[in-house]
Amino acid sequence: MSKFQKLEFYAQQRPYELLPFKFDRLNDDEYVITNMAGEFHVIPVPMLEPIISKTLPLTSELIPTLRSKQFIRFTNEQAPLQLLALKIRTRLSRLAEFTNLHIFVVTLRCDHSCPYCQVSRQSESKGEFDMTTEMADKSLDFVFMSPNPAIKIEFQGGEPLLNFEMVRYVVLEAKKRNVKEGRDLQFVIATTLSLLTDDVLDFCKQHNIVLSSSLDGPMDLHNANRPRPGRDSHQRFEEGLKKARAALGYDQVSALMTTTDKSLPRARDIIDEYLRLGFDGIFLRTLSPYGFAIKTKKFMSYDTERWLEFYKEGLEYIIELNKSGIRFVEQYSSLVLTKMLTSGDPGFVDLMNPAGAGIAAIVFNYDGSVYASDESRMLAEMGDHTFRLGSILEHSYEEIILSDQLLDALENSFTLSAPMCSDCAFEPYCGAEPVYHHAIHKDVVARKPESSFCKRNMAIFKHLIELMGSDEQTKRIFMGWANRC
Amino acid sequence: MLKLGGKIIRIHAVDVHRDLTLLKVSTSRNLPEVLRREIAYLVSDQEIPRGFAHYLLLEKHRQLVEVLPPDSDYSLLPNDYSYIGDGDIIRLSADRQSISVLFRASSPHNSILVTEQCNHYCLMCSQPPKAADDSWMLDEIESLIPLIPKDTRELGFTGGEPTTNRERFLKIISLTKSYLPRTAIHILSNGRSFKDPAFAEKYARIELPDAMIGIPVYSDDPTLHDYIVQAQGAFDETIQGILNLKRLGQKVEIRVVIHKLSVQRLPELCEFIARNLLFVDHVALMGLEMMGFTRANLDELWIDPIEYKDTLSKSVGILAKYGMNISVYNHQLCLVNPDIQPYYRKSISDWKNEYAPECRSCTKQQECGGFFASGVKFGYSKHLAPF
Repeated sequence: MSKFQKLEFYAQQRPYELLPFKFDRLNDDEYVITNMAGEFHVIPVPMLEPIISKTLPLTSELIPTLRSKQFIRFTNEQAPLQLLALKIRTRLSRLAEFTNLHIFVVTLRCDHSCPYCQVSRQSESKGEFDMTTEMADKSLDFVFMSPNPAIKIEFQGGEPLLNFEMVRYVVLEAKKRNVKEGRDLQFVIATTLSLLTDDVLDFCKQHNIVLSSSLDGPMDLHNANRPRPGRDSHQRFEEGLKKARAALGYDQVSALMTTTDKSLPRARDIIDEYLRLGFDGIFLRTLSPYGFAIKTKKFMSYDTERWLEFYKEGLEYIIELNKSGIRFVEQYSSLVLTKMLTSGDPGFVDLMNPAGAGIAAIVFNYDGSVYASDESRMLAEMGDHTFRLGSILEHSYEEIILSDQLLDALENSFTLSAPMCSDCAFEPYCGAEPVYHHAIHKDVVARKPESSFCKRNMAIFKHLIELMGSDEQTKRIFMGWANRC
Repeated sequence: MLKLGGKIIRIHAVDVHRDLTLLKVSTSRNLPEVLRREIAYLVSDQEIPRGFAHYLLLEKHRQLVEVLPPDSDYSLLPNDYSYIGDGDIIRLSADRQSISVLFRASSPHNSILVTEQCNHYCLMCSQPPKAADDSWMLDEIESLIPLIPKDTRELGFTGGEPTTNRERFLKIISLTKSYLPRTAIHILSNGRSFKDPAFAEKYARIELPDAMIGIPVYSDDPTLHDYIVQAQGAFDETIQGILNLKRLGQKVEIRVVIHKLSVQRLPELCEFIARNLLFVDHVALMGLEMMGFTRANLDELWIDPIEYKDTLSKSVGILAKYGMNISVYNHQLCLVNPDIQPYYRKSISDWKNEYAPECRSCTKQQECGGFFASGVKFGYSKHLAPF
């Protein structure tokens, strides 16, 4: 007799136990099951019932995978529990660090007059729409109250370069304070680049300031979306991009696109424009429903289904590019894939739970108001001050962070207890979005079947999972995207 | 393949009761007399210094026996041992019949066998475990470590399962730290002992400055892993051991031997590692060594590496996407895809590294890891394709 035991000797004889997981129908033939750590597996429809009723034969080929991804375990096994706990702790570890992103709206004035824009003003009168030194000082007091070892200060507008004096003041003052604080301090200016000067670039170079810009697509589309005197937004962008890259470094300038109804038929053109200008990725964004976007009905001019077609067409093209050896990322997918394929949380405010509003990012407005997010201040420009957490001139850090406006929104939108979110298979990949839902549905949770946020994200999650299931090479590309955050 | 142990041709002992089982070898004539009393002198010519504890002569120098200092202890070694050099450490058996070379100063691959006992009984074990009490090995290691040159760059501990006797293992590791503080330590363990947090903590508290524990994980399917290592519940304990070690900031390497059983779910294993154990310091994917139990279980284990080359590429690709530190060991260059190149290592210990007759015409032999001597002897791929 052999001194070695057979495989059967090591197979479990007792029935398995279920570990917590959720499921949803992926398509007519398949379910996807997911757990809190973000592990997922696609199973044929007829397999779901036997898995849950624990009647799946122990010889089933599914058993090893279900164990490996911690959907089931056998009595006394400890490793699956430890691994699950570890992965969930890792995912939530960001919470303990608290606020990283601090947005300074140094002015609302802008040289552009984009029809979809949330907040900008054409006013020339300095002062009315500019942040004051006193507000900046108080805001910096607030910034350094955050326990986060990494602090990012982002300047927004309007066009922040129209109040560059305030940018300069905040950067120098923050750096002065940071000598004692010793945080990992980063600065970003969100700018169209249209007003970039050598002075500005010198200052950016000296203080390692990154530029975050806007590019909506080829010249005709970009200029139609972003009118300014002279209708030369695109030319100025391209010129500025060249100058900024030369001065600061190729990777120090990024671009974000805004999708309008004019963009929808032109997914490939837009991506090609990003390629032509040497970007290694694009963020296929939805039009945000705030500010003037709602007023001008731009937001309603196309529906979620149409946007999803646009997104899928763009993504398909980007995957083709990757297959032909061009490294190019669709950034929204990459954020979602990070949550699907790793234990990391990319910290994207829209896809966080608890919501990122106020705790992952916070906004200091030009008028001294403090808002829970960029969207919150846009909502305020429309007259809805729900997410105004206080005034930097009148309220303390504690009063603002512990304000009912913030805590109620966070608690009431928490996806692990919100109706239809708590039992959704895609909850691990999604986020609480109280500001959006309040803006559209006047309720931080809203009824999910009516939420286009829910509809859009569910469709994206399913699409990404199906793409990975249908093509090994795509899955490999996605693994690369998931690990770049 | 180097011969590391065997019979001695002739031993001449003046005083057989003298205890000199472990001896450091020297070729230096100028050693102070006080140090000579503990050391064996390797004779190579007529000029032979006095006062060494023992003298070693190769068979080809047999005539030099005549010119040894009077009343010298000496051993006459077969010419196989001509590789012995300055700084090496040998063991003369208690009955003075045989020699073992325990440490070779000129080799980067010195490994210390801590025990032959093991709580695994792996189907492909190259060093089949024995149940007998071999704690004499532990005693010997405690005398060996002080003799090892202080400038040794790397030292391995292997088994059996080196942590079988936990307290003695910790003692040996502490000893190593104090005698060899600048030596990189590599320990081959199945990791199960470290499931005990108290033991893992004791190990971590030694604070070896540069140590890695290599722990095998053969499948993401616990049943298949347990079967391969022939131990129930092994997977569960090994994973907990890895988690404890990493929680304590210790370096851990995952070692996967690729054979017909483990290759079945190799990509799934790599996904499991990337997803659950991303924080391990190194993942080594290794070809099968045709030693020990492997030959008894050959039908179940052997797969021609050419049949799994795409699976290997896929698996390495997964780990690489997650940014893990990867090495592919014990493979022949002509049997892996070019995408393996960045992770390909020549790793087989020098003393058992060989090439097949087919390799003679190959232009890339210098870059190729070649074979274990056992592989050349007992079977290798039919698809070698010399470059």
